[in-house]
Amino acid sequence: MRGRMTMETLKLTIDNKQVEVEKGTTILDAARGLGIDIPTLCHMHLHDLNIENKPGGCRICVVEVQGRKNLSPACITKCDEGAVIRTHSPRVMNARRTVMEFILSDHPKDCLICPKSGHCDLQDMANRLGIREIPGQDIAEMSTYRKDTSPSIIRDLDKCIMCRRCEMMCNEVQTVGALSGVNRGFMAVVAPAFEQNLEYSPCTYCGQCVAVCPTGALTEVDHTRDVLRAIVDPSKTVVVQTAPAVRAALGEEFGMKPGTLVTGKLVAALKELGFDYVFDTDFAADLTIMEEGTELLGRLGKYLKGDKDANIPILTSCCPGWVNFFEHNYPDLKDVPSTAKSPQQMFGAIAKSYFAEKINVRRQDMVVVSIMPCLAKKYESQRPEFSVDGNPDVDFSISTRELAHFIRQANIDFNNLPEMDFDRPLGESTGAAVIFGNTGGVIEAAVRTAYELYTGKKLSRLDFDELRGMEGVRQATIDFDGFPLNIGIAHGLGNARKLLDDVRAGRSKFHAIEIMACPGGCIGGGGQPLHHGDSSILKARAMAIYEEDKNKPVRVSHENQYIIQLYKEFLGEPNSEKAHHLLHTHYFDKKSKIIIKQ
Amino acid sequence: MSSIKIELRKEDVDKINEICDSFNNEPLELINILHKTQEHFGYLPAEVQEAIASRLNISTARVYGVVTFYSFFTMTPKGKHPISICMGTACYVRGAEKVLDEFKKELSIQVGQTTPDGKFSLSSLRCVGACGLAPVVLVGEKTYGRVAPDDVQAILKEYE
Repeated sequence: MRGRMTMETLKLTIDNKQVEVEKGTTILDAARGLGIDIPTLCHMHLHDLNIENKPGGCRICVVEVQGRKNLSPACITKCDEGAVIRTHSPRVMNARRTVMEFILSDHPKDCLICPKSGHCDLQDMANRLGIREIPGQDIAEMSTYRKDTSPSIIRDLDKCIMCRRCEMMCNEVQTVGALSGVNRGFMAVVAPAFEQNLEYSPCTYCGQCVAVCPTGALTEVDHTRDVLRAIVDPSKTVVVQTAPAVRAALGEEFGMKPGTLVTGKLVAALKELGFDYVFDTDFAADLTIMEEGTELLGRLGKYLKGDKDANIPILTSCCPGWVNFFEHNYPDLKDVPSTAKSPQQMFGAIAKSYFAEKINVRRQDMVVVSIMPCLAKKYESQRPEFSVDGNPDVDFSISTRELAHFIRQANIDFNNLPEMDFDRPLGESTGAAVIFGNTGGVIEAAVRTAYELYTGKKLSRLDFDELRGMEGVRQATIDFDGFPLNIGIAHGLGNARKLLDDVRAGRSKFHAIEIMACPGGCIGGGGQPLHHGDSSILKARAMAIYEEDKNKPVRVSHENQYIIQLYKEFLGEPNSEKAHHLLHTHYFDKKSKIIIKQ
Repeated sequence: MSSIKIELRKEDVDKINEICDSFNNEPLELINILHKTQEHFGYLPAEVQEAIASRLNISTARVYGVVTFYSFFTMTPKGKHPISICMGTACYVRGAEKVLDEFKKELSIQVGQTTPDGKFSLSSLRCVGACGLAPVVLVGEKTYGRVAPDDVQAILKEYE
């Protein structure tokens, strides 16, 4: 094999501009290098995550290559030496327009009321190509596929343009296998097996299909009206919690640069919207660390004594997409994940017990709303085990995108809001809790606390750079005062599968594993502002999260004064009986849940 | 989508596994595996597709995608007397479509379906090489030539 030093290059001309590129480069990438933005629709490339979708299916990106009879799709055609390419000849522009007209001919024209309106790649493309009429649309047959509403995601396949991005995310990146292209010709759709509803498929509700859908075919279930109804009901005390990843992304919806932290404005907006108490899921993240960290140390103690049933490695359990994934795919390992509930659910359980008692409000009169970067959280909040006598611990979970809509509807000038602080007691949090939003963050937070509790010593450094980064699977060994703690990290469910297969086969050398379902962690969640294929946005959000951690006066969970108070006044010790009752859960074998519905 | 709920017996599962094994459980051989399996069961009900997916360690959605892409594969068991109407060029221009419509009307089923009593199923095919007899209808192994819509009732009566 030759070294990478001798990279082969070739020269070509695009729109009369000379360019030299590495052999194997596509015309699309070569053109973009020259600042020529060839339009694309089905193509998507998340560079930093190594995720690419290029079925070459939509044909919007066709260009004219001199000497070739047919136009070539730029996204899948590799550059040839000496090629002369034109990206906007009359022939190309005509073809592009015709392709677009065909795509639009059977597409619903209800853009005015479509949930994707204003964020739709198809709408943008129609606008960019100046499509003002669609020949033959009066005779075009329209698809009338049934709408499928699950607890988290709505599928409206009449709006599907068969770009196959969702299919790629579901199968190649997440290895969930809920979706596939089925049927053929005009009847072709992307659907679960036997065209059942998503609910009866192995779908984890991670929402990565929604995050990449260019149209209104895949959207989240909108709960903003339910929240508004609760806010205006004078008999209800409405408590809101916001996840860490939300503050690092919400600003994008209001034109701010990706990576702008809007924590203070977010609190102000929620107060403006009329929530009675504005709290932070980060408080519950600190609580999670107390419970999960204690559980880790407990299992580790057994393991070091040679107990075979110690259940090492321990797996994190904060991510509901991940929980759904192992319930469907690894039910035989359901004793391995931590029994700690996710921060969202811990928050709900504490709000409706400890806090409700404190302010003397009956459970039924309290409504807990969560703002999440996530669509799986909607499903999680509806799990029957997370309710008391039919009253859920978390009543409604809305996404970052839904919150942005809500803020706009309420005439709130987000950009000019003052910075406000969370209410107490459930609004206090540490830097350890903030980093829950990034891949590697939960385990870093756990290490900070577990180290100090295990060794009885103060950490000399709090930044564990070896646990950070965007690589899909990472590993690190942290010295616990002579004991080498092996840590594994995976983000994206396909990467999680690799670590899980090792655990199942008894090959895993890790003591603790963190898994987040979404690429990048919660900052890349299915409920976040759409990245439209730009992975630098995810990186900017991750940086913002670490910045917030740095700026926090307290950066280890066990030093959160309000957490200490919560244990003193209410829970007793971490992993106490009361803590177990309120803050821990158990898992189910969902393999058999895949029902064939007639 | 229409499928009949069946309970797979142990020998059915064993047969599916045997077919998959004979192709080294290779997902790229899915089409051949489906072929062999349909040959054995006569059709590919949902449970059979799930068993194949599980054996090959691929998603059931992917198996279903292939089953629904190729018209040769069917999720409906064929009737006791499968009826095929040739829709090749010669038969078509001599009125095969009208004959097909008559069968649909008489049996109250569409192409690809089976009557609720399991007696007849309806399919269309392309050219049986008997263009001189157009339009041609096959019922099981028996061939009927120069069929007119008016003949349909009489043909069906033969099988009562």
